[in-house]
Amino acid sequence: MPAKTNPSDLVRRVRKGEHAAASRALSIVVDDGKDSEALAKEFFKASGSVQKIGVSGPPGVGKSTLTGRLVGHFRSKKLKVGVLMVDPSSSISGGAFLGDRLRIMEHATDPGVFIRSLASRGMIGGLTYAIFGAIHVLESLGCDKILIETVGTGQDEVEIASVADTVLYVTTPSMGDEIQAMKAGAMEIGDLFVVNKADLAGKDKAIADLKAALGLGHSAGQAVKAWEPPVLATSAKDGDGVPELAAGLEGHWDHLKKSGEGRARLKRQHATELQFWIQRRVIKSALERVTDKNLEELVARKTDPASLGRRLLK
Amino acid sequence: MDKPLRVLIAKPGLDGHDRGAKVIVRALRDAGFEVIYTGIRQTPEMIAAAAMQEDVDAVGLSLLSGAHLTLFPAICKELKKKGLKDVLVFGGGIIPDEDVKPLQKAGVDAVFGPGTPLQTIVDYLKGKLAVAR
Repeated sequence: MPAKTNPSDLVRRVRKGEHAAASRALSIVVDDGKDSEALAKEFFKASGSVQKIGVSGPPGVGKSTLTGRLVGHFRSKKLKVGVLMVDPSSSISGGAFLGDRLRIMEHATDPGVFIRSLASRGMIGGLTYAIFGAIHVLESLGCDKILIETVGTGQDEVEIASVADTVLYVTTPSMGDEIQAMKAGAMEIGDLFVVNKADLAGKDKAIADLKAALGLGHSAGQAVKAWEPPVLATSAKDGDGVPELAAGLEGHWDHLKKSGEGRARLKRQHATELQFWIQRRVIKSALERVTDKNLEELVARKTDPASLGRRLLK
Repeated sequence: MDKPLRVLIAKPGLDGHDRGAKVIVRALRDAGFEVIYTGIRQTPEMIAAAAMQEDVDAVGLSLLSGAHLTLFPAICKELKKKGLKDVLVFGGGIIPDEDVKPLQKAGVDAVFGPGTPLQTIVDYLKGKLAVAR
């Protein structure tokens, strides 16, 4: 990879819409390389004006294929689309298999689509600490819509709600009954719920279960919210329900813009971006200073975790 | 920790035999690489576009159909057209010895035939890419 890249020249080329420049800028920002802060400062300026759609849900429910369908829909409206797809890094080797992109290869040569695969690189929660930096590059590139696909999640990964403007939670007809949908955690963060693979048996029951679980709040006396998450059905395999889903996403974006909720979410996103920055700089760097000698001292009871921790944070 | 090296593994042309490519993906993942796999039946343009957007350090091509003398050079050309002059290109599959020279001339740095120990490919990539950085 070429080492020579002048930051201001790179920023200029990204703003002109050059994919090669955006790709290089993404690497620098994500890898925390030389000039990454100078670049990130510039890219932050253009941020916060286009809709960031988070696509979350358990592994294998069809997030990537559905994302590909949404890309196709946005392209039919002549919108430029940026896609970030996160897959897990190995906690053992540090390597990763980034296998989301192959689901949407039909958009590979479309100049109006930019797709980047990211590895989670040690972050738990379905994303990567560098996600905001990556988003800001795509915002500067002039994308009209940005799709962020999380790692396949369990019940507890809610970070996407502090990163995206609109969270699309994807599930399938076979993901369990109403009791599953009543649990706290991931089920609370969806702005839209989608039962994908609607061509499979059990779609109607899955939708009814989800609606029943979401509606329990009202039965418990909660007021009707300004935005009640709709439950939709799609079949990403053949594209059924995608126009309705896109209309729902647009409806949520309108709601965010018209209500104070959009600004509130942007503020929450900035708080999270700051949190990620501190986590990367302070916590990660302190942990990287832990040596085998430190651990030996602990085993020999020459020190204790609290004293060692204080020493490392100094 | 150094940042992980990124490698794109691709299968161009009309060849669905992807076991070899998947074994390479797995070996590289376990050796600490970030590996992107494009799946089967890709055109040279699609592979080059993916390599550019993913900013990879290397592209590995797997082909067992016999069309390597056409497709591998076409991919090298597309990569250069996109300005990716420094991306390392390597290949594997059913490739006769006499075809290796013409492929190298076209820009494929190395060719690994059936039976190559996976460690050989890992060591080759780590060695080559460490120098490139």
